[in-house]
Amino acid sequence: MFYVSVFFQYMAQYMKTKLQYRADLFVEWLSDFMAQAVNLVFLLVVFGHTTLLHGWSRDEILFIYGFFLVPYAVFGAFFNLWDFNERYIVQGEMDRVLTRPLNSLFQIVLERMELESLLGAVPGLIIMLYAGSRLSLSFHWYDVFVFILLVIGGVLIYAGIFISLATISFFADARTSIMPMMYNISSYGRYPIDIYHRVIRYILTWVLPFAFVGVYPASYFLDKEEWYGYVFFTPVVGAVCFAVSVMLWNAGVRRYRGTGS
Amino acid sequence: MGKYVEMVRIRFLMMLAYRTNYYTGILIYAINIAAYYFLWSAIYGGKSSMQGMSLGQMTTYVAISWLARAFYFNNLDREIAMEIRDGKVAVELIRPYSYLGMKAVQGLGEGLFRLFFLSLPGLLVVSLFLPLQFPGHAKTWLSFGLSLLFSFIIFSELNLLAGVVTFFTFRNEGLLRAKRFIIDLFSGLILPLSFYPDWAQRAMMYFPFQAISYIPSMIITESFKGAAVRDGLLLQATWCIVLLFPIGWLWRAAKKRLVVQGG
Repeated sequence: MFYVSVFFQYMAQYMKTKLQYRADLFVEWLSDFMAQAVNLVFLLVVFGHTTLLHGWSRDEILFIYGFFLVPYAVFGAFFNLWDFNERYIVQGEMDRVLTRPLNSLFQIVLERMELESLLGAVPGLIIMLYAGSRLSLSFHWYDVFVFILLVIGGVLIYAGIFISLATISFFADARTSIMPMMYNISSYGRYPIDIYHRVIRYILTWVLPFAFVGVYPASYFLDKEEWYGYVFFTPVVGAVCFAVSVMLWNAGVRRYRGTGS
Repeated sequence: MGKYVEMVRIRFLMMLAYRTNYYTGILIYAINIAAYYFLWSAIYGGKSSMQGMSLGQMTTYVAISWLARAFYFNNLDREIAMEIRDGKVAVELIRPYSYLGMKAVQGLGEGLFRLFFLSLPGLLVVSLFLPLQFPGHAKTWLSFGLSLLFSFIIFSELNLLAGVVTFFTFRNEGLLRAKRFIIDLFSGLILPLSFYPDWAQRAMMYFPFQAISYIPSMIITESFKGAAVRDGLLLQATWCIVLLFPIGWLWRAAKKRLVVQGG
C-alpha cells in the first residue's frame, strides 16, 4: 500500500514539473512520434518495392508493428534507464536513492518516468485498427484481455532486458555503448521471425527475447496458428525476464560502492 | 594547431581506457548487421536486383553504413547542451581555444577510436559470415575514405549547429532527438535513398543528410561509378563549407546572448 501511495505522489509531482515546460512537452511528444514514423516509413517504402515478405503481407507486418508500439510505449513511460550509468553511477545519484527506505529500482522507475510516452500507444492502436480492418481479422470479446496480458508480458521483457543492461554499470564502472545498439536489435522482433537464420531466431527468442514483444504475440491476432505455442509463452517469458533482472539488480546494489564525489 | 591534435589524442586515450566494453559492442553490431541482412534477403525474396543494387551490394551497403556510423557519430550536440545547462560553458569560453573547434576535434578523437576498435574489428567479424563484396580498385577505397571524412565533418557540423541552438532555447532535448531521427531516415542509413519515391528523392537533394551516409556507402558498393562518385564528393565538400556559415553566424549571436545559470 505504501508503494502505491508513493507512486501517486510521484505522479502528482511529475505532472507539476511537466506542465511547467509545456512547449518542451509538445516537442518531446513530436519527437517520439517521429521515431515511430522512421520505422513506418521504412516499412512503407520497402513494401513499395515488394508485396510479400517471406509470405507475410504488408498489412500483417504493419499490424505487428502497431502491436509492438503498445508495450513499447508503456515500457518507455516507466523504464527510462538509458542514462542510468551517467545519472546515477557517475554523478553519484545512487547514493541518495539508497538512503531512502524504499526499493531502489522502484524509486528510479518513479523518478525517471515519462508518462507522456504513453501517448505513443495511440498511433500503435490506430495502425492496428487500420491494418486489422484491411485484413478483416476476427475479434472476440476476450481478445481485449488477451491483448492486455500480452502487452504486460512484452513490457516485462523489455524492462527485464534493459534493467539487466543497466546493472552492468554496477559491475563495470565504464560508459557503455550497448544500450543504443540494443534499441536497434529490439526492432528486429517486429519482423516475421522466420525470415532470419536460425541462430538469430534463437537469439531473438531465448537470449534477447524481443520476438515476444512483436511477432509472436501479434500472430495471435493474425490467426497464425503455427505460432500459438509462443503466443501464450509471452507472459511467462516476461515474468522470468523481469525476475532475473530484479535479482541481478539486487546483486548489483550489494556491490555498489559509490563514486565518492 | 598543436593543442587540437593533442585533444584528439587525449580523447582517443580516454576512450581506450574503456575499451573492454567495445568487445561486446562488436558482437552487438554483428548481430544487428546480420539481422538486417536477413531482413533484406527477405525483401529481395529471390529478385536479383532492386533499384539497380544486387543483394550482395545491399548487404555491403548495410554493413558499411552501420560501421561507418561508428566513425562519424558523436554526441556533440548533447555535450554542448549539457555544458550549457550545467554552466560549464562559462569556463570553456574563457579558455584559449575555439570552443566549437575543440568540440569538433574531441568528436574526431572518439570517432578515430571507434574506427579502430569497433568498425574495423566489426567489419572483420561480419565478413566472416556475411557475403560482403568489396571493390578491388584502390581508387574506390580512396574515394570512400575521403567521403567518410566528409561524412564526419557534415555530421559534426550539424551537431554543432544543434548544440549552438541550445544557447537560445536552454532546453531542447526534443529538438536533438528529432534531429537524430531525421538523420537516420534521410541520411540513407536505414535504407538507400534510391528506394524512396521520386518526389522524396528530389526533395532530399536540397538537404545535407544524404551526404552523411548514402554517398559513402554508394561509393564503397560501387553503385556510384565514375562521374557519380565525383559529383557525390563535390556535393559533400559543398555542404562542408556551406554549413560553416550558419554555425559561425549563430555562434556569434549566441556568445552575446549567453546567460550562465549558476555553475
